[in-house]
Amino acid sequence: MATLSTARAVAPSIRNAFAAHRINAIDVGIWMVAIGAYFVVPTYLSLGTTVLIMILFTLSLDLAVGYGGIDTLGQGAFYGVGGYAAAFWALNVTSEPISGLVAGALVAALLGIVTGPIILRTRGLTLIMITLAITSMLEEFAVTAKSITGGDDGLTGYHIDPIFGMFHFDIYFRTAYFYALAVLAVAFVVARIVVNSPFGLTIRGIRENPVRMRLLGVPIRNRLIGLFTLSGAMAGVAGALTAQVTGLIGVDTLTFLVSGNALISLILGGFGRLYGAFLGAALFYIFSDRAAAINPFHWYLGLGVLLILAVRFMPNGLIGLGEQFQLFRERKQGRGLDRGAS
Amino acid sequence: MADILTTWAALTFNGISFGMILFLISSGLTVTLGVMRLVNLAHCGFAMIGGYIAMAAVDYLGFGLLASVPVAVVGTMIIAAVIERTLFQWTYGISELGQILMTIGLAFVMVALCNILFGPLLHALPVPDWLTGNFTVAGVVVSVYRCFLVVVSGLIAIGIWYVVERTDFGARLRASVDNPRMARCAGINVRRIFSFTFTAGCGLAAVGGVLGTQMLPIEPFYALNYLILVLIVVATGGLGSLKGSFAAALIIGVIDTYGRYILPAGGGFVMYAIVLVVLLARPQGLFARA
Amino acid sequence: MSEHNANQPALEITGLYKNFGALKVTQDINLTLQPGVRHALIGPNGAGKTTLVNQITGVLKPDAGTIRLFGTDITNATPEKRVALGVVRTFQIISLFLRLTVAENIGLAIAAAQSLDAKPWGSLRDDDRVVDAVRALLERLDLLGVAERKVRELGYGQRRLVEIALALALKPKVLLLDEPAAGVSSHDLGMLLEILNRLPSDIAVLVIEHDMSLVFRFAERITVLVGGALLVEGSVDEVRADQRVRDVYLGRRAYV
Repeated sequence: MATLSTARAVAPSIRNAFAAHRINAIDVGIWMVAIGAYFVVPTYLSLGTTVLIMILFTLSLDLAVGYGGIDTLGQGAFYGVGGYAAAFWALNVTSEPISGLVAGALVAALLGIVTGPIILRTRGLTLIMITLAITSMLEEFAVTAKSITGGDDGLTGYHIDPIFGMFHFDIYFRTAYFYALAVLAVAFVVARIVVNSPFGLTIRGIRENPVRMRLLGVPIRNRLIGLFTLSGAMAGVAGALTAQVTGLIGVDTLTFLVSGNALISLILGGFGRLYGAFLGAALFYIFSDRAAAINPFHWYLGLGVLLILAVRFMPNGLIGLGEQFQLFRERKQGRGLDRGAS
Repeated sequence: MADILTTWAALTFNGISFGMILFLISSGLTVTLGVMRLVNLAHCGFAMIGGYIAMAAVDYLGFGLLASVPVAVVGTMIIAAVIERTLFQWTYGISELGQILMTIGLAFVMVALCNILFGPLLHALPVPDWLTGNFTVAGVVVSVYRCFLVVVSGLIAIGIWYVVERTDFGARLRASVDNPRMARCAGINVRRIFSFTFTAGCGLAAVGGVLGTQMLPIEPFYALNYLILVLIVVATGGLGSLKGSFAAALIIGVIDTYGRYILPAGGGFVMYAIVLVVLLARPQGLFARA
Repeated sequence: MSEHNANQPALEITGLYKNFGALKVTQDINLTLQPGVRHALIGPNGAGKTTLVNQITGVLKPDAGTIRLFGTDITNATPEKRVALGVVRTFQIISLFLRLTVAENIGLAIAAAQSLDAKPWGSLRDDDRVVDAVRALLERLDLLGVAERKVRELGYGQRRLVEIALALALKPKVLLLDEPAAGVSSHDLGMLLEILNRLPSDIAVLVIEHDMSLVFRFAERITVLVGGALLVEGSVDEVRADQRVRDVYLGRRAYV
């Protein structure tokens, strides 16, 4: 009888049965670290800005891969295209930064809407190959179309106006750091709203069981295209930020390693958790910057070993490791209660 | 007019010889993917390992290029067998994304170790005197070495075809590719078939790595630089289809060579565009099983 | 739509035919389900039960005949349209969202039924109508205590109940249960039956089942299919007593 009968005594909490990201100690901690870093390590704000932008990029990838189950290796395409769009905007339209971000987001979203229906027809390895092929094509295009993209040299020599006409970009990356932090905060709020929404739950349902989702009458392809486009727009904003704060956008933004690095950050942090992107990207890009300065090949060796061990022993990332530990503690404390109910 | 024709004929021949090398490197990967659905992004690393072993044999043991081939093949196969028996046991049954990340990790380790052992420089193995130089056929200048490559790779391709289509082992391998579960029910030890095929595939990659150094020079980042090319060959040909990989390798080798001649700056664009069209029209690849 | 045809049969199948080449899988099937009826469809393997279900849900198109839902002809309606009109089925092979909680599984179905699935803001947890609907369904199926558990943590019996809850969330008028006892331990059968008996009384239920003990205790009427054709239809006692049924089908079963 045990499997079908249930303990009526347990107060039912339907609301809490719906997963939701609530403000908690991790939130407070992460944002305090981000703001605190500005004061504690003011000489590393250039690296800090890069890390914030890469967290944003990894966050966009988490929406597609972690929540939607779209195993793309082509997220770098959105990043690069967004960056080129922002640089092009600054060179040819206006130096105003916010509109540049919007331009980057829109062009990347357009790429998502155009390629999404093609990419999302496929699954698994074919999807991976098609996203790789699209990224590689864009990379080759950026090399070839010198008049638009500046070829191998990339786009540079543009100026970015002060934000809201007030905050000038300085060589110490002070403004850039807070600019990136503000954009990341907005993107995080958006990601969180979307993830908690009925659309977000539907997306997780599609990841879990697309066939069943279709039988419930949900047009799953359209939902995935929506997610893919949103994720692409967010990656485009990350690219646009890079173009604006560094004053240069090059072909290297379109290589498959850009996507690969974000994917590695995600496995380290944890998929489908939003925070995984923060933790993973921060660790990955800080370590890779420090290690690359010392010896890039030893970095590859350490990273390779770490990746193999991470996939084997913590498939849910560092965040997942923490959750498992917490679950273990709860189980231990609540053991007597469980027994009583069954 | 005749000039244009001979130029294109030479380009085509170069493309074919390049495609042959691509086929040798990718043949093992397509079977791995077909049999075990294992996405092995470290596969190019085995071609690189073969190249470095041959280089060591040439430099330290005074071997010639051809004598170094069997050394490289055996050495690579031993390393592959060890890795298959240990690390790859972890990859079976995890998600495709997990396999990608784990094998990319393995590729990183290979890149780093090769650099530590052999340094970051590019190497091409010395071609023996009797294979150097060119000869002219109907006005087309043909490199002796590339001619040799086509012949050797062609013979190996025929050998692969014979083993797969005409031997008992090949029959069991084909059954395992077609339907692993059914094959298991019919008493075929799919695991052992896979181990063997994986190891043999790495050996073939090593041959490609050693013989192809004139086109794809050996360097630590070899494992990553040519990865996309090889993956594209496999995906375009159809997973698990050796015939498909062969055709795709030749087509891609030729198109890539043409593309780089027409548009030296961004020749890869042509190839990727064509690959994209092929994959869109036939997501399962050119020669996929229905 | 529901008020003016209250005295119509919920589902009315007349003169249904379907051939796969030379194979006659459905031959002149007539079947009427009144609202609230508990009807069982039995027959040996290959009798055409699944083919019939597929024609009712719209996955297969019959060669001839009509299918009416409360008097409305739905013979040519798409599967999605039929779900929207109230023809819903469960699946023999349970298909759920394993890493979501029980409440989320049911919330998904409710969101889909109410076209909330594209709404990118808000949350189902803050939508009182959805939360109340989820709670009511969980209560009916005795699943309240596991609302917060992930489906993959549940046993097979409870997964079967979640599967039924998902179907109920789509507000069926006619519910097709495809082998609900498949895979459920004999131990849990009594509980399953008790819960099936608590299904809303206005829904017409057609159960396709091999387990005769469940059929005899659940159904009011039984239809026996053999070789694609209707052999007998009647009350439980009539079918039990029918010699042809015993010969063709039940006689082979040791436990009758």
